[in-house]
Amino acid sequence: MAFTFAAFCYMLSLVLCAALIFFAIWHIIAFDELRTDFKSPIDQCNPVHARERLRNIERICFLLRKLVLPEYSIHSLFCIMFLCAQEWLTLGLNVPLVFYHFWRYFHCPADSSELAYDPPAVMNADTLSYCQKEAWCKLAFYLLSFFYYLYCMIYTLVSS
Amino acid sequence: MSAPAGIPPRSAAVPGGARAPAAAARPPPCQNGPVQNQMQFPFGYGLHLENYSASSGHYPPVPHEAVPSQLNNQYVADYHSACYSIPVQSVMTTSVGPSMLNTQQLYSGAPHPVESAGGLTQGAISSASHLHTSVPQSYSAVSSHYSSSTSSSVASQGFPLSSGRYAMPTVSSAVYPNLSYPSMSVGSPYGQVFTSQSLPAVGQFEETNTFPDQSSTVPRTLQQQVPLGYNSTSWSTSDFQSAQDNFSRNNTGSLAKASNQINTVGIVDSSHPVSQNVQFTKPGVETSVVSSAVTSSIRTPVGDHLTEPASVPSNTQPSESLLQEAIDSSSTTSSASPVINNYDALEGGGYPETNSAASSPAPTPQTSRTPKPFGYGYPTLQPGYQNATPSTSAMQPSNPGHHSGFQQYPQYPGVNQLSSTLGGLSLQHSQQPESLRPVNLTQDRNILPVSPVLAPVPNLNSDLRKLNCSPDSFRCTLTNIPQTQALLNKAKLPLGLLLHPFRDLTQLPVITSSTIVRCRSCRTYINPFVSFIDQRRWKCNLCYRVNDVPEEFMYNPLTRSYGEPHKRPEVQNSTVEFIASSDYMLRPPQPAVYLFVLDVSHNAVEAGYLTIVCQSLLENLDKLPGDSRTRIGFITFDSTVQFYNLQEGLSQPQMLIVSDIDDVFLPTPDSLLVNLHESKELIKDLLNALPTMFINTRETHSALGPALQAAFKLMSPTGGRISVFQSQLPSLGAGLLHSREDPNQRSSTKVVQHLGPATDFYKKLALDCSGQQTAVDLFLLSSQYSDLASLACMSKYSAGCIYYYPSFHHSHNPAQAEKLQKDLKRYLTRKIGFEAVMRIRCTKGLSIHTFHGNFFVRSTDLLSLANVNPDAGFAVQMSIEESLTDTSLVCFQTALLYTSSKGERRIRVHTLCLPVVTSLADVYAGADVQAAVCLLANMAVDRSVSSSLSDARDALVNAVVDSLSAYISTASNLQQSSLIAPNSLRLFPLYVLALLKQKAFRTGTSTRLDDRIYAMCQIKSQPLVHLMKMIHPSLYRIDRLTNEGAIHVNDRVVPQPPLQKLSAEKLTREGAFLMDCGSIFYIWIGKSCDNSFIKDVLGYPNYASVPQKLTQLPELDTLSSERARSFISWLRDSRPLNPVLQLIKDESPAKTDFFQHLVEDRTEAAFSYYEFLLHIQQQICK
Repeated sequence: MAFTFAAFCYMLSLVLCAALIFFAIWHIIAFDELRTDFKSPIDQCNPVHARERLRNIERICFLLRKLVLPEYSIHSLFCIMFLCAQEWLTLGLNVPLVFYHFWRYFHCPADSSELAYDPPAVMNADTLSYCQKEAWCKLAFYLLSFFYYLYCMIYTLVSS
Repeated sequence: MSAPAGIPPRSAAVPGGARAPAAAARPPPCQNGPVQNQMQFPFGYGLHLENYSASSGHYPPVPHEAVPSQLNNQYVADYHSACYSIPVQSVMTTSVGPSMLNTQQLYSGAPHPVESAGGLTQGAISSASHLHTSVPQSYSAVSSHYSSSTSSSVASQGFPLSSGRYAMPTVSSAVYPNLSYPSMSVGSPYGQVFTSQSLPAVGQFEETNTFPDQSSTVPRTLQQQVPLGYNSTSWSTSDFQSAQDNFSRNNTGSLAKASNQINTVGIVDSSHPVSQNVQFTKPGVETSVVSSAVTSSIRTPVGDHLTEPASVPSNTQPSESLLQEAIDSSSTTSSASPVINNYDALEGGGYPETNSAASSPAPTPQTSRTPKPFGYGYPTLQPGYQNATPSTSAMQPSNPGHHSGFQQYPQYPGVNQLSSTLGGLSLQHSQQPESLRPVNLTQDRNILPVSPVLAPVPNLNSDLRKLNCSPDSFRCTLTNIPQTQALLNKAKLPLGLLLHPFRDLTQLPVITSSTIVRCRSCRTYINPFVSFIDQRRWKCNLCYRVNDVPEEFMYNPLTRSYGEPHKRPEVQNSTVEFIASSDYMLRPPQPAVYLFVLDVSHNAVEAGYLTIVCQSLLENLDKLPGDSRTRIGFITFDSTVQFYNLQEGLSQPQMLIVSDIDDVFLPTPDSLLVNLHESKELIKDLLNALPTMFINTRETHSALGPALQAAFKLMSPTGGRISVFQSQLPSLGAGLLHSREDPNQRSSTKVVQHLGPATDFYKKLALDCSGQQTAVDLFLLSSQYSDLASLACMSKYSAGCIYYYPSFHHSHNPAQAEKLQKDLKRYLTRKIGFEAVMRIRCTKGLSIHTFHGNFFVRSTDLLSLANVNPDAGFAVQMSIEESLTDTSLVCFQTALLYTSSKGERRIRVHTLCLPVVTSLADVYAGADVQAAVCLLANMAVDRSVSSSLSDARDALVNAVVDSLSAYISTASNLQQSSLIAPNSLRLFPLYVLALLKQKAFRTGTSTRLDDRIYAMCQIKSQPLVHLMKMIHPSLYRIDRLTNEGAIHVNDRVVPQPPLQKLSAEKLTREGAFLMDCGSIFYIWIGKSCDNSFIKDVLGYPNYASVPQKLTQLPELDTLSSERARSFISWLRDSRPLNPVLQLIKDESPAKTDFFQHLVEDRTEAAFSYYEFLLHIQQQICK
């Protein structure tokens, strides 16, 4: 029973993973909110509601955009930590997602500062469903990795 | 080709034989939608097959390939009627049949119709014959009338007799034309047959009726005949009155209804012949002579009508009234609108075609040579349609006749559906051999059809029969929807819709009703494709929920009858407009508010656009759409922002300058936007003064961003339209931009950068504006790079529109100046809808996933459009989420809710219905290549912005490669070595090549970034008809125009030169050519062009003396000049934006503008058409 760096990494990632799970859940909720307009059809056509709805969309997109960088950096932090701790298996499990995140981040189209979640673009049904699927997958991944980290943490604590 | 692959297997499953009429009434419970209708006639269908292939082999495909198939199709229809002696069905089918027949007759263009018509006239005393006497005027008109009357009188003759007897004449007479016409000269037997049949019928009804006037007698016994009889006579009020009297005396129920039908049809029909100068000259009958095609002349008769119906509703205490309205639609549609708005005209089935006829490229345009496909509010009607309409009118009124005559037949099986499905089946069926005919692309060098209409729209099979939405408003890339996503994937064709929802319509039924009937679960508006389960319930065709018919809907104020919900105009027209009740608005509808934001920096003043803008505004101030609440305001900006106080009571306009551009504020918030009528004098003063006010300015900076912020603040309480005129890169304040274009990269073949916006400012502003129901329209008039990619965002997301005038200068570039002037005229006076939302619904199982156009997507199926204008087009992509096994038809419905400029909340609803198919061959048969190319272009724009231009180009090429290779792999019997395409897709490679050479997507040729972006913006926001012209212009040779095949429009003869291939090989030095690129006409004159042409048409003695810049043809009093001018003005009339004319001499530097459009030729950077085909072939073989 020794408190190694690896054990520390797992403990930290356990905490951060909880945060990521929260992010993923938040994403799912946000996309659901974007997708469904709870107002009755007649209300939807009403200009006053239009304004509210538009503000809502912009706000959600704004928040979504704010969360992009924290999520990506937290996850990259994992990888760096596991790299340092020489936890190759865990690293290997996380690397694909890191690459995916890099791709997402640097593959943004416009010259502008905007990343993803551009209000006009995100409302297209295929973008939205893609984002939602992505969020569900990430949630599953983070949940599994949460338990994996938990196991690994105990394992490293016990074994060494 | 010979294999009738398209027969739905289900038809075989149902035993043949006569169907009990009762069965038609009740749909089998297990099926959804109108499927059951298709099942009705399997027997005839199957039987017909043999004949079908046999006969199709018979006809030489030379004149127009579609003809034989249509013929057969008719044959099918008629056959049904023969087999089943159910009057309702047979009447319906016969009338469907002949309508197609007409088309064919038209195209054969032979004299038979006249001949036979002559024969007919002798015998037929019936009112139908009046029409025949009108023959000599023009062939097309004749044939259409002729056959339509044929169908109706046939039906009517048989009608009073026994049903068995009935079937016989129907068959014989209807079949006759099918067989005889194309094969020549059997015209007169036909006439005789007809005559002999019609005589007894006429006799009969003369006995039964004592009225001297034929037209008024007709309705009593033979309802079907009525419309036509009325046709000729109904204009006179007295006639009508007498007819009405008769009705009220004799009968009140169905007969009254019939009278209404008459009325309607009379109107409809009359509106048709109009363009053809048909005269009804039967002596003894009171006729009004509709001699001229000018719409104003129709109005008189219509006016008569209008006065009568006024009394009609009062008799009949309508629970709801259909408003004759369209003030709005007529306000900007220069041409004939009032016709439909007639109270009575709203009812009746002939009507929707009138709609489409007025302006549409038909599903059948392959054959008609006369009209232009792009009938933008074009007053004349397409003969192809014309013939369709009368037949409908014949068909529709037959319903009441049946109801009264054959009581045992239930009233609500959705008779029209029945017939339509039937027609659809048969056409779908017959269409296949033609559209699936394999075309060897590498060998067939002349695939481009000769006439512009031929641009192959193997479109909407007539399953979308008469009732279906006009393809101008609503078009699908696949007119046969594949049943499953797997099938769609196999076909490798894009599935999507092309919409032009707010198109100027010459005729539109407007409905006022306190309850708008909608499905309770999916909120679909009731439409012609719903099925009535019984009198009190209808089944939604999108979600299949069964809904109650509200009490109010049971009563039809037009027919003054109760209990016929399927006769209501909502159910008879696929394009209708509702005037919404107060449920649809929370705040009062906004007034029309227009704000003009004008650049007055040195650059702008130098370019001289202000004069043109102010002049246009002055001219059109009274024509701005709006009511008494209309408001208007002006902002100018250079490095500061200037406001103009136009408050009523001031002696002159007051300029207020705000120089704090970092935090711009409104100096006097309430007097900047003023009522147009109250302050008109001040506004005029300002407009007169503006052009000179800044003449000496030295300010070169442009603070566009702050000016826009100010405009937004000014507009946010009301919403409305901001028109921004900008002449350079914004260089001050928020939203300033820097030049991003590297001129050396203009012709780069590799990467084209900066297609996306440089800043979020304009997008955010647009979203704010959209939230406040304000649209921003951008007019960019610049000589240098002005970063349209960023600026365009302000219009893209606020549902505005974008105009771009590269190197604009009022004197150096007169062509652009003229274009601006014309665009402005249209822009200022066209219809406008405020605070609009558009929702597109589709049958359960389909889902819409991507939208293209200028708007903001507010929820997954709701587009928010701050403004909607008649020139805006939209595209959507769809996918098939659940397989469509339980339905044979799918429907799409677009509902556009907007506030008209008169402050009314209105909903315009379009419904499109398409068949579902299960085989890959059917999917290819139904491919609409133009729609597919337009959708692909939209997708490619998205791709080039989100990924890269080369990606987008690859995707375009792959689209062709994939679809053609998928086709080749399905058709196993084809030799693999050659490049084969189904006939429906034969132009696909050509169009894609044209797209690749289009400014938006081309590489290797020097293209300015702004030009490229503008082309992309246009692709996203133009409706299909304009987009196609942009992608693939039409080329005509105009130095030898003849009257061969000419059409008559408004007393003018319009020559119809054949369409040329876009290749230099078609150009000769001896000729002069006109290229129609949609927004611009080029006239190219060869070096050794005939001097007589130059003298007669251009007004110069010889080639050398023709100036380099000529933007209009002189009005010379020579035949060739007249022909050329009438042809050009005819082309112009067909579109809302007046294209400018540019004359290009062979050696002038501007000739590259012309030659870049010759897409079939090789350029340094791009394939020729043949090379492109080889390239595709290579890719396929790989």
